Amino acid sequence: MAYTVRRPNLTFWEKLYLPNIVAGLAITFNHLKKMLKGETKVVMQYPEEKWDAQLPEYYRGAPTLVTDEHGRERCVSCQLCEFICPPRAIKITPGSLPTDSKFAKVEKAPQAFDIDMSRCIYCGLCEEVCPEQAIYLRKDYAVTGESRADMVHHKAKLYELGGSMPGLVHKWNPDK
Amino acid sequence: MAVTSQPFEQPDTLTKTQAALQHLAAGNSGASDLLGEKLVLNMGPSHPATHGVLRLVLELDGEVITKATPDVGYLHRGDEKIAENMTYNQFVPYTDRLDYLAPLANNVAYAMAVEKLMGWELPPRGQAIRVICCELARISSHLLGLGAFAMDTGAMTVFLYTFTEREKIYNLCEVISGARFTTSYTRIGGMTRDLQEPFFPMVHKFLDEFIPSLDEVDNLLSRNRIFVDRTKDVGAISKEDAISYGLTGPNLRGSGVDHDLRKKHPYLGYEKYDFDVPIGSAGDCYDRYLCRVEEMRQSVKILRQVLDKLPKGPITVSDPKNLPPAKTEVMTKMEELIHHFILHTEGIKAPPGEVYFAAENPKGELGFYINSKGGGVPHRLKIRAPSFVNLSILPKIVPGHLMSDVVAILGSLDFVMGESDR
Ligand code: SF4
Ligand code: SF4
Repeated sequence: MAYTVRRPNLTFWEKLYLPNIVAGLAITFNHLKKMLKGETKVVMQYPEEKWDAQLPEYYRGAPTLVTDEHGRERCVSCQLCEFICPPRAIKITPGSLPTDSKFAKVEKAPQAFDIDMSRCIYCGLCEEVCPEQAIYLRKDYAVTGESRADMVHHKAKLYELGGSMPGLVHKWNPDK
Repeated sequence: MAVTSQPFEQPDTLTKTQAALQHLAAGNSGASDLLGEKLVLNMGPSHPATHGVLRLVLELDGEVITKATPDVGYLHRGDEKIAENMTYNQFVPYTDRLDYLAPLANNVAYAMAVEKLMGWELPPRGQAIRVICCELARISSHLLGLGAFAMDTGAMTVFLYTFTEREKIYNLCEVISGARFTTSYTRIGGMTRDLQEPFFPMVHKFLDEFIPSLDEVDNLLSRNRIFVDRTKDVGAISKEDAISYGLTGPNLRGSGVDHDLRKKHPYLGYEKYDFDVPIGSAGDCYDRYLCRVEEMRQSVKILRQVLDKLPKGPITVSDPKNLPPAKTEVMTKMEELIHHFILHTEGIKAPPGEVYFAAENPKGELGFYINSKGGGVPHRLKIRAPSFVNLSILPKIVPGHLMSDVVAILGSLDFVMGESDR
């Protein structure tokens, strides 16, 4: 239930102000002591020290494209991620597989796949909706560029960042 | 488009001087008052004490403020309009950016509003997880509010200590949602993922360490002469004013009004937890500070209770028509794939109607009003932002104070412009 917070009345001693400074300094000195002894560590010397090892598997860093365990690209350019992306960061030009590929009849692949990293808000919706598990948010968080054009990740860059990732289901695989 | 403009009152020096001279000629004394002219001072929009981009147009008579006009809108992004152009789930990331000091709580409030429209209620585990999110967000937001308030009144150290604690909460957010800051954790009807194992030891460790460091902050501030002098009897808001200006959250309770939505209109099963609502007595900056400190202690109490008996089971509602199917199903079954596409492109099948849902957020009552014509996109979505409403009291309480008190008052109101301007 509701209760009224106590408003402390300062004692004469506290009103003198100086004792309180000493008390305050005692607290800060305690912290300093602990810090010097290395018991508490507050500051991380980025970029020499990094937090990367502690990042969970599902950390939402830069979105990337991944290939399956045979090195085949997963994305079939269905454009669902392009549709769902709230800030419209993804731009896909659908294309088809080379005719000599044995999957050419059943699958497509993106001709171009651009993610504008200056628009991306790392929300993870693209990963969530992709029906092919082709797009993943990986652990890269320090995405920098010198111009707007630099900030657009093209298909090659996306695959380079993504690498390969075995999925839940092996598609077109007799032993799935 | 409506244009807001700030009428600037040109000080009419000539008339004033003439009046003063006539006044003197009539044999009166004390003409200096009439000669004095008021100074209009812009505080903000880029001023460290305005916590973002609030602009205050202050009219000063000497050092005393005679009029204060807050000017908001510098951070307007048109969130409400954006919401009309996307499906309900797509808007979740935008709610992170309202009160960006407590994104988890915003996610929850928004998801709850849409779920109310759908008539859904989460299973017990889902509700418990959301309570954890809300209370962690409350601690995080109050810690920043406190630190910034203390820094504004001259106590830099407190800010560093509260930030050390907040950093741990960010680590927890990371484990909960995969992002430290923009969590986007909820989805309509559930959460993106269940709590993972590393979360539990982390949160217990945090709770154990948190109370001692809160006591430390308490020791540094509550009985500190300088802090007390700068906050006691400054910016007092009476009970009646607090209610009539629509204040909510710690600012309302600091004025002695016992109103907490978690108690008055319990949601997420808050009625099951044992906690108290701290209220103030004088309604000044000091009371608002004390309320926040106490609220954090209560949040810790709630968190411990939730964690002690965290129910097992599903975290999402069971409505297969409106929830995306599991990924493995999508990848192997045709019907599921089609359903997946339809659901993500058209959105959930919301019924037509109007709902308003308000949650007790760290800053106050965050409400979402949704007007739906049916379908996956809201016809109109209105966000009742607590910071916006809380700021409306400034013209009432600031006049009569000194310039330096404004900083204390703003700090004690603990607003965030991302939410106010939305
Ligand atoms: S990444 Fe996934 S969702 Fe996006 S186009 Fe490719 S297959 Fe579709
Ligand atoms: S993470 Fe979000 S913003 Fe970034 S590309 Fe994916 S959907 Fe778009």
